Amino acid sequence: MNIVVCLKQTPDTEAKIVVQANGKDVEKDKFKYIMSSYDELAVEEGIKLKEKFGGTVTVVTVGTTKTHETLRSALAMGADSAIQIWDDSLENIDSYVTAKLLAKAIKNQGFDIVLCGQKAIDTGASLVGGMVAEMLSIPQVYLVTKLEAVDETKLLAHRQIEGGEEVIEVSLPVLITAQRGLNTPRYIKLPDIMKAKKKELKTLGLSDLGFSVADVASKVNVVEITLPPAKKAGKIFTNGESDVAELVKLLREEAKVI
Amino acid sequence: MSKDIWVLAETKDGKVRKITHELLTKASELAAKSGAGVSAILIGHNVASLAQDLAHYGANKVYVADHESLNTYTTDGYTNVIAGLLKENQAGTFLTGTTANGKDLTPRVAVRLEAGAISDATELDCDAEGKMTAVRPIYAGKAFEKVTFSGFPQIIEVRSNSFIAKDADESKTAEIINVTPNLGEVRTKVTATKVSSGDKIELTEADIIVSGGRGLKGPENLYLVSDLAKAMGAAQGASRAIVDAGWIDYDYQVGQTGKVVSPNLYLACGISGAIQHLAGMSSSKIIVAINKDADAPIFKVADYGIVGDVFQILPALTAEVNKTKAH
Ligand SMILES: Cc1cc2nc3c(=O)[nH]c(=O)nc-3n(C[C@H](O)[C@H](O)[C@H](O)COP(=O)(O)OP(=O)(O)OC[C@H]3O[C@@H](n4cnc5c(N)ncnc54)[C@H](O)[C@@H]3O)c2cc1C
Ligand SMILES: Nc1ncnc2c1ncn2[C@@H]1O[C@H](COP(=O)(O)O)[C@@H](O)[C@H]1O
Repeated sequence: MNIVVCLKQTPDTEAKIVVQANGKDVEKDKFKYIMSSYDELAVEEGIKLKEKFGGTVTVVTVGTTKTHETLRSALAMGADSAIQIWDDSLENIDSYVTAKLLAKAIKNQGFDIVLCGQKAIDTGASLVGGMVAEMLSIPQVYLVTKLEAVDETKLLAHRQIEGGEEVIEVSLPVLITAQRGLNTPRYIKLPDIMKAKKKELKTLGLSDLGFSVADVASKVNVVEITLPPAKKAGKIFTNGESDVAELVKLLREEAKVI
Repeated sequence: MSKDIWVLAETKDGKVRKITHELLTKASELAAKSGAGVSAILIGHNVASLAQDLAHYGANKVYVADHESLNTYTTDGYTNVIAGLLKENQAGTFLTGTTANGKDLTPRVAVRLEAGAISDATELDCDAEGKMTAVRPIYAGKAFEKVTFSGFPQIIEVRSNSFIAKDADESKTAEIINVTPNLGEVRTKVTATKVSSGDKIELTEADIIVSGGRGLKGPENLYLVSDLAKAMGAAQGASRAIVDAGWIDYDYQVGQTGKVVSPNLYLACGISGAIQHLAGMSSSKIIVAINKDADAPIFKVADYGIVGDVFQILPALTAEVNKTKAH
C-alpha cells in the first residue's frame, strides 16, 4: 500500500503572536515549532496501515528547511521517506497553491491512500485536504475518528457529523482527514531517532514539480494581520451567592444577552 | 462572470438552518452595495417547500435540487450538483457555513471552479465591483487576518453566529428554478448514521452556551450545568479535561481540539481558561466565568464573573434565571 501523509509544521499552541511592523506577517523566528496535532494523528494512522498491509509511508510538506526537524520526527515514528517542497516564492501562499504543490508531489510519488489533518492548527482552515483530493480526482472522507481497513482495496471510515457520526464505505484510492479520537500517536524512542537520520529526505523545488513562479500565484492574499483588541477588565464579583441576582440583572439589562 | 452572490442553503429536520438565514441576510446586505443578485441553492430531499423561506431572508432566486438521491449527503453528489450550478450561472461569490457539510464540500467546489477559498470568515465586506474582503481568525483566535481575492469566483465559508439574521420578511418572494440534479459518480456509500440526540441544541449554532469543567468534581454533578443550560435555553459544553476523564462525550468539547463557538453568551463554570480552551470560545460576545480561584486565567477574558464555588453559585443562578423568567 502506497501511503502518503501531508504534514505541516506549525507554531506550538502556546506560542505568543507578534505582528511584524509591516502589519502583514507575524514574527516567525521566535516560535517553537511542532508537528500540527492532527497531522500527528495522520502520520500514526499511516504507519498503522503499513503495519497491517505492508507498503511504504511517505510524508510530504511545503515549508522551509526548518521543517526537516518535523519530517525527521515523522520518520522516527516509522515513516519511510520524506519530501520537503520549497521555493522562496512560496512565502505567503494560500491553501489553493499549497494543495497544488502537494497534489503534484503526491501524484509523482504514487498513492493508494492520502492522509491529512482535519485542519492545520495555525490556519485552522480545513481546506487543503479537500483541495488535494479534488486535484487528484479521488474521493475524500473528512473528520475521520475511526478507520477500519476491510482489505487492501476498501475502507470503512467513521466520520464525525453534527451530533453524531456516519460510517462511510469507500474504495481506494482515497483521501482521509484525521480528527481527534482516531488514534494515540506513538511515543518516539531514542533508537528510532537514530534510525530516522538514515532515512531519505528529498528536497523539491518548483521546477522539480514542473511549476514556474506564475503557477504558484495565490488566489487569496493577506492584506493585514491584527491582534484581538485588548479586552477591558470584566466586572468580577467576590461575594459568592449574594452576587447572583446582580449578575443576572447585568446580563439582562447591560449586556442584553438573556 | 456575474457579480451575484450565491448561498448554500442547509436544512435540518425539515427546517432551514440558522446559519443559512445568517448567510442570506449578509448576502443581501452585500449585494445591495454591488448591485448584485442573491441566489440560493436548496439541495436535499423533500426540501422544495422551504424555497420561499429563503426568499423571506433575501434570496431573489432559489435553485431547487430536490431529489431522493440527495437525501443523504455525499461529497461527490453534492459537489457535482453545486459546482455545476455555480459554473453554469457564472456565480461571482459563493457563501457556505462552517458546518460539517459546508467544510466538506467547500474546498472541492473551489478547485472545481479554480477559485480562491477561505474558511471561518467572521467579518465580510465588498466594494461596488463585488470584490470581497474578509476577516478570519488564525492561530486559534490569537490573531486575525484580513484577506482579499485575486479574482472571481470567490468562495467563502462563514463561521456560525458571525452575522445576525434579520427577521423574516414574508412579503418577499423569489423566482424558483427547479433543477434536475446530475449527481455523477458517487464514490462513497454511507452505511450507517448514528445521531446521539435529535433535539439537542447544536453547540456551534447556540446563542447561549453553559460549559462545565473539572471544578465540577465528578460526572454526577454535571446536572448543575445542564440544569442551568435548560433554564437559559442554552446548549451545554465542556472542557477537554472532563471529556478526557470520560464524564461527557467528545461532542460537547469546546476548544482548539473541540468545537469552535461564538455564542452571544458563554458561561464557563469551573473551567480554568487554558489557552486551548480559549481558542474555542474567545470570540463569544459576552463571557461569564464562575470559578473559586480569583487568579484563574478565565477571569482575564471574562466580561462578568463570580469568584465562588460552583456548588453554591450554579443552583442559585438557575433559580434566579427561572425566577426572572417567571415574571
Ligand atoms: C494540544 C492540546 C489541545 C487541547 N485542546 C483542548 C480543547 O480543545 N479544549 C479544552 O478545554 N482543553 C484543551 N486542552 C487542555 C487544556 O490545556 C486544559 O488542560 C483544560 O482545558 C483544563 O480543563 P478544566 O479547565 O476543566 O480543568 P482545570 O484546568 O483543572 O481547571 C479546573 C478549574 O476549576 C476551578 N474549580 C475547582 N473547584 C471549583 C469549585 N468548587 N467551584 C468553582 N471552581 C472550581 C479551579 O480553580 C480551576 O480553575 C488541550 C491541551 C493540549 C496540550
Ligand atoms: N504546508 C503544508 N504542508 C503539508 N501539508 C499541509 C500544509 N498545509 C496544510 N497541509 C495539510 O492539510 C491539512 C489541512 O490544512 P489547512 O487547510 O491549512 O487547515 C493539514 O492538516 C495538513 O495535513
